[in-house]
Formats: sequence, C-alpha cells, structure tokens
Amino acid sequence: MKMLKTILENHPSFQELEREHLKFVIDNAENIEFKAEELLFKEGEKADKLYIIQSGKIAIELFTPSRGSITIQTLGLNEIVGWSLTPPYQRSFDARCVEDSQAISIDGKALRIRCEEDSKFGYELLKNFTYTVVQRLQRTRIQLLDIYKIRT
Amino acid sequence: MSIQISDPMLPELYKVTKIQENTHDTFTLEMVPKNKTKIFSFLPGQFNMIYLFGVGEVPISISGDPSSTDFLVHTIRAVGTVTDAMSKIKEGQTVGIRGPFGSHWPIEKAMGKDVLLIAGGIGLAPLRPVVYYILAHRSKYRKVVLLYGTRSPDDIIYEEEYQNWQENFDITVETTVDNTDSEWQGHVGIVSALISKKDFSPTNMVAIICGPEIMMHFSVQELVRREVTWNDIYISMERNMKCAIGFCGHCQYGAKFICKDGPVFCYSSIQETLKRREI
Repeated sequence: MKMLKTILENHPSFQELEREHLKFVIDNAENIEFKAEELLFKEGEKADKLYIIQSGKIAIELFTPSRGSITIQTLGLNEIVGWSLTPPYQRSFDARCVEDSQAISIDGKALRIRCEEDSKFGYELLKNFTYTVVQRLQRTRIQLLDIYKIRT
Repeated sequence: MSIQISDPMLPELYKVTKIQENTHDTFTLEMVPKNKTKIFSFLPGQFNMIYLFGVGEVPISISGDPSSTDFLVHTIRAVGTVTDAMSKIKEGQTVGIRGPFGSHWPIEKAMGKDVLLIAGGIGLAPLRPVVYYILAHRSKYRKVVLLYGTRSPDDIIYEEEYQNWQENFDITVETTVDNTDSEWQGHVGIVSALISKKDFSPTNMVAIICGPEIMMHFSVQELVRREVTWNDIYISMERNMKCAIGFCGHCQYGAKFICKDGPVFCYSSIQETLKRREI
C-alpha cells in the first residue's frame, strides 16, 4: 500500500484542507486490512471510525428478516465507508468485505471532537463529505429508476 | 470506411441456423443467407432490419464478429410484438434481412488510445463487435476496459466470453448489477460509478457507450468529471426506425435521422439536441 500520508494528501476529501488540519487527519489514521467476508461493522454499532478503501471491495448491506442480507452498493478504491461525523453516530447498515481489502481507518470520534472545536475544519470536512453523500444519493436514485426494466 | 448495399428496401432471405438463450428474455440468433453467394459485411455499431414475415420488421444491432462474413449474429431482447414472436422462432425458419445500416463505432480513431467501453443491459450486444474487432487488432489499442451494468446477475449476457477476453487479450471486464439477492461477488451499483475507479488517460482515450439514455447521460457526466472531452465520447441512440435509410422520418431526432446519421454519434455532435426535452 502507498504511504498513508501521500494517499490522504491526494484524496479528494482531504486534499484542500489546511496543512494543520490535514496533519490532524493523518495523525488519527492507520492502515488496516480485512479478509473476505469479514464485517467492518454492523447496523446499530457505534460509528467511531471511517474507512477509505485502498484495494478490494466493500459491500454495504441491509439485513431483512425475509431475504437476509441484501447488498445495496459496493464500494472500491478511494471511496469512503461509514463517515462517522453526523448524529446519531450509529451505523445504519452493515459493511462486509467482499474480497480481501486494504483500507485507511480514521478515528471518526477524534475528527468530530476537533470539528466541534474548530468550525473552519468542521465546515471544510463536512463540505467535502457532503459531496460524497450527494454523489452516492444520486447513484442510489438512478438505481431506483430500474433503468433496464422493459417498459411496455 | 463505408459499405455499399444493393437495394436497401429489399430484404434478403436468411435461414436461422442456431438459437441461443442468453437470459430469460434475451436470445441470440445465428443466420446464414439463403443465397450462398451473398457475403455479408458490416462495421461494429451498424444495425439490420429483421423482418419476421407475417409479424413485422424491427431494427436490431449486429452483435457478431465483423470478420465473419458467412453468417450473421443478432442478440435480441423480447420487448414487443415482433421481438416476442422472434423469441419463439425455430431453427431452419426464414427471416428477411435488410442492411447493414447506419454509422459505426470509432474503431479507427481509437487506435493507439485507451478504449473505455461502457454498456448497460442489452447495450452490450452492439458493443460486442467492437470487442471482437479489438481482439483481432489488439496491438493497435492501448488499455481496453469494458464496464457493464445490468439489472441483476440473471440478466448478464455473454458471461462465458469474458474470461477469454481478460486472460488472452488483456481486456479488463467489470460487471455491476442494480440489485441482487444471490451470492454475487461482483459490484452492486450503477455502471457509471465504476468509471471513477478506472485508470485511463483522459487525453488519449475514446469512450464508447451503449445502453439506456439515462445511463449514457450519467456516464458522460462522470467522464467529463474525469476531463474526457465530448469529442472523445461516442454514444448509440435508439428511436423508432422504419425505412432505415432516412426517408420515412420516423426516427427523426432534431436535425438528424437516427437510422442514417446514427445510431452511433459523437457526443459533441448531438449533445445540444439531447438537452432539449421537447424532442
């Protein structure tokens, strides 16, 4: 895996942060590996970490009593899983490793404490994360359109 | 590059020699001309009018190998009266073929460049001739990536061919589905989401897209975000084509006829029309 610092410096969510803020993110990040089928987290758990995928594939899943786990989306290179910055700081889905994966894990709790103290940092971070959230919402909307269905 | 056809309104008789069921609603027909001296040649992206006698005629893109001139391949999805009836066709049955018609994918322009093929649903069928062409001239192309999106794993077509393309011809194939209940290990999500994960040279590439218009729209948006220019993006359009030679006007789209000026368009030549909701 590339150097953690280099990856975060060039990641769209962090690259425009001020040097001091970027250093804070880097200081609270570490490399992590997951085996295929391993759960990163489960629905209802505390959301204290976020992950930036570096290799492999992570499935976002919802568990339903009748159908079991349903994959809603899969995420890959440089995509963020589980942004722990907004209340209620609780996981709203399962994240499962589809194949052996590498990621950068960031201490979400430390980030949100710093965001509360330093509103400039908080605004920049939320602005960048909101872009990701909007992009994912838009993709989900297209998925819901069921565009390949036969229209008669 | 152009191909001359004799009488564009007169169907040639073809015998169906092989039928393959691809999915629950999609099938592939192999056909040979009844006139044994007939040589059929086409360019990737072109289409034929297939006439099922007593039922009707429909435009279908050619999905076979452009270097095979002795038989014709069409992959068809049963979506209406004529294609439903075609799904019940038997080996040995005769159909009428007019064509090939229309413009073709930019196979010459893409030489020496990265090629990104993006297909949605049955949109993979018109792209398969491009893949075959690239396989036959592999050294003339740089990185080749095929991104393919479908509704579910059960709707995937040509899956048996991907492994050969990847292992023997250095073509990357990634599939994604909108929804799945199964043990699917591939991607889940829209096909345009895969574009951001792919490594290609935005200034030295050609993107070739075929699928539902909304899927092509979002794929173009993602490509533009990656700084690919409109001039390097090609899409295939679909409208109600009848005569296939620009006479009847059924497929008129703004100032263009899809059958004659298309179905393959450079995005820069059609993007103004695509923006107009009234058309």
